[in-house]
Amino acid sequence: MKIIIGQGSCGIAAGANKVHTEFQNQIQSKALNVELTLTGCIGMCHLEPIVDIVDDDGEKTTYVKVKPEIVDEIITKHIIENKKVDEYMINEIDQMIIDKQERIALRNCGLINPEFIDEYIEKGGYKAAEKAITDMSPDEVIEEIKIAGLRGRGGAGFPTWFKWNAARKSLGETKYIVCNADEGDPGAFMDRSILEGDPHSLIEGMIIGGYAMGAKEGIVYVRAEYPLAIVRLKIAIKQAREKGFLGEKIFDDDKFNFDIRIKAGAGAFVCGEETALIASLEGERGMPRLKPPFPAQKGYWGKPTNINNVETFANVPWILSNGGKAFAALGTEKSKGTKVFALTGKIRKGGLVEVPMGITLREIIFDIGGGIKDNKKFKAVQMGGPSGGCIPAQLLDTPVDYDSINNTGAIMGSGGMVVMDETTCMVDMARFFLDFTRKESCGKCIYCRIGTKRMLEILTRICEGQGKDGDIELLEELGAKIKEGSLCGLGQTAPNPVLSTLRYFREEYEKHIYDKECPAKQCENLLSYNILKDKCIGCTLCARKCPVGAITGNVKQPHVIDNEKCIKCGECKKVCKFEAIEVK
Amino acid sequence: MECCCNHKGVNAKKKQLDLKKLTPILEKYKGLSGSLISILQEVQEVYNYLPMEALNYIAEEMGIKPAKIHGVATFYTQFRLDPVGKFVIMLCQGTACHVNGSKAIEEAICDELGIKEGETTQDNLFTLENVACLGCCSLSPVMMINGETYGNLTPDKARKIINEIKEKEGKGV
Repeated sequence: MKIIIGQGSCGIAAGANKVHTEFQNQIQSKALNVELTLTGCIGMCHLEPIVDIVDDDGEKTTYVKVKPEIVDEIITKHIIENKKVDEYMINEIDQMIIDKQERIALRNCGLINPEFIDEYIEKGGYKAAEKAITDMSPDEVIEEIKIAGLRGRGGAGFPTWFKWNAARKSLGETKYIVCNADEGDPGAFMDRSILEGDPHSLIEGMIIGGYAMGAKEGIVYVRAEYPLAIVRLKIAIKQAREKGFLGEKIFDDDKFNFDIRIKAGAGAFVCGEETALIASLEGERGMPRLKPPFPAQKGYWGKPTNINNVETFANVPWILSNGGKAFAALGTEKSKGTKVFALTGKIRKGGLVEVPMGITLREIIFDIGGGIKDNKKFKAVQMGGPSGGCIPAQLLDTPVDYDSINNTGAIMGSGGMVVMDETTCMVDMARFFLDFTRKESCGKCIYCRIGTKRMLEILTRICEGQGKDGDIELLEELGAKIKEGSLCGLGQTAPNPVLSTLRYFREEYEKHIYDKECPAKQCENLLSYNILKDKCIGCTLCARKCPVGAITGNVKQPHVIDNEKCIKCGECKKVCKFEAIEVK
Repeated sequence: MECCCNHKGVNAKKKQLDLKKLTPILEKYKGLSGSLISILQEVQEVYNYLPMEALNYIAEEMGIKPAKIHGVATFYTQFRLDPVGKFVIMLCQGTACHVNGSKAIEEAICDELGIKEGETTQDNLFTLENVACLGCCSLSPVMMINGETYGNLTPDKARKIINEIKEKEGKGV
């Protein structure tokens, strides 16, 4: 019998380590013959901590939202008395959501122990690398990736085979293959999940890529904010070396030597751009440069370099094992295979899902994500992070593939989907993203450096009720100029969150500017609080809670708010038990 | 580097920094080009921040221009040029956290500690830093204190967590 505890970052944040310790203690004190092990994230973050118990006959039972307090009960009933504890088990709908997904990149996440290479090998791991190196020529490998139609999963969606081929064709003895694990997109965490839950799939993908393009050295550029990912990746690399999958003469191929090292990033969103990432690898400020020459010609230390992200590499072994055709059979004509999405925000069931390309936003958000929290109304979904845009409710039936998403003004990006409901202010959202890009602009291009600051100032004044006639036009003009006048993807896409919200929610901007109203009731300066006379019973609670003494009235008499004094903190609304506070 | 603030004036009053701690780090990376970021990361691990003296020392020992080191140290958000408190609160300001109310969490923490974002409390116990995304979006709003993540925060929950640390440190409220 085996107990498996989901110990990815989100599981740990939800208390998985404490649950693990409790199981350990109980197993010891009850002297049970049970194996206790860990795994990465299965993707159902809203159900963490998740514990799987696998019986001797292989039957798996999943317990969710496990707290240390219920460990004793689970052990006593399930393990000792052999009776499942129904009330803590995953429900059928959630189980169905897991089963319904097509998992390629996440195929082992949440199933194997990422710290034991043997579990990866048992699942067919390193067979694809062996096949590539012993049975296939580098050109055949690239051809297989071409048949698969795999496109980069990090943002722009460039065909992977094309990049590999360009690096292969570049002259030179020394070449590098780099994995971009600097997942900087706020709202996306699939790469973290793969690094923590199945690091060997990334290593194997890099070995295959290295073989195809003729690189001897691989570098994983990983965010310093992901400490657990770095630890697990280090363990994985060490184990792969011990097994001879990394090092010299891999799979007895006399000519193929390959090794991987980790480089921890130091926190800069712009380093997601290839040339900036290379500058950072070289120990410089991560500032992009003009292309061409492309990294495939002149990259790290001036040598041909290929960069792919984690999810892209994680797909590669599957493609080689199952054939490019099997991968291409999934998805749409121009977007093949599956994609991992991170569902977050005002969604009921947040987490990671992997589905074939081409299914609709509605299916992802409502069928898989369970719809909107607290029965509120869906307003928009933000895709592509700070480079992307907001897709409104009327476009919920848009199929999720690279081209259809681009047409909406958003981008696929790395697959982050932040869901917003009626209480999210779109102007504030745009301001949030501009604040982010302004901070992260490297400062090289003037339009990006100063333009984003000016846009942020305009958006801030609109949110504060100081918006002026002409502000919208100014935002549009600035947005167009920043796109034109910036060298790299960061600047070229920085105005997208503003332009896409202007496209679909212009009315909301106008309400802020002309009517001094925030329809979502988020922008504090535009709100006014009033007490409804017919509902207030004069309990005095709000008057006592008001931090500035703006509420007056006698006991058992309706109270009033002095809007001159009111600082719009909302404390009165929070404490009122009679729904007597009205916000306009 | 000859600089007015380097050898005299303000710095002279500060207690001397033990630069010997840097020797093993600099030995390790000597002759390896492109390792400046790794050096700074390890130096920051030693002191918890990057003291100006240490940066100047690295420049001298490694033959890198001080301006370049300063340029790199100020470019990346991971590097700090000022000392931090014993507990560094990294408050996530990612999209999901923003949508789920990270602003109210920030207000509560600032109010509880009497500091603003980027500052350290007078007793050197807490530093509050806003960070872009911790990658725990489905538990938003989230904060990380010295490597431990706290999810599904509410303003009250955040206050409670901070007060628990305060109490543990014997500086009860």
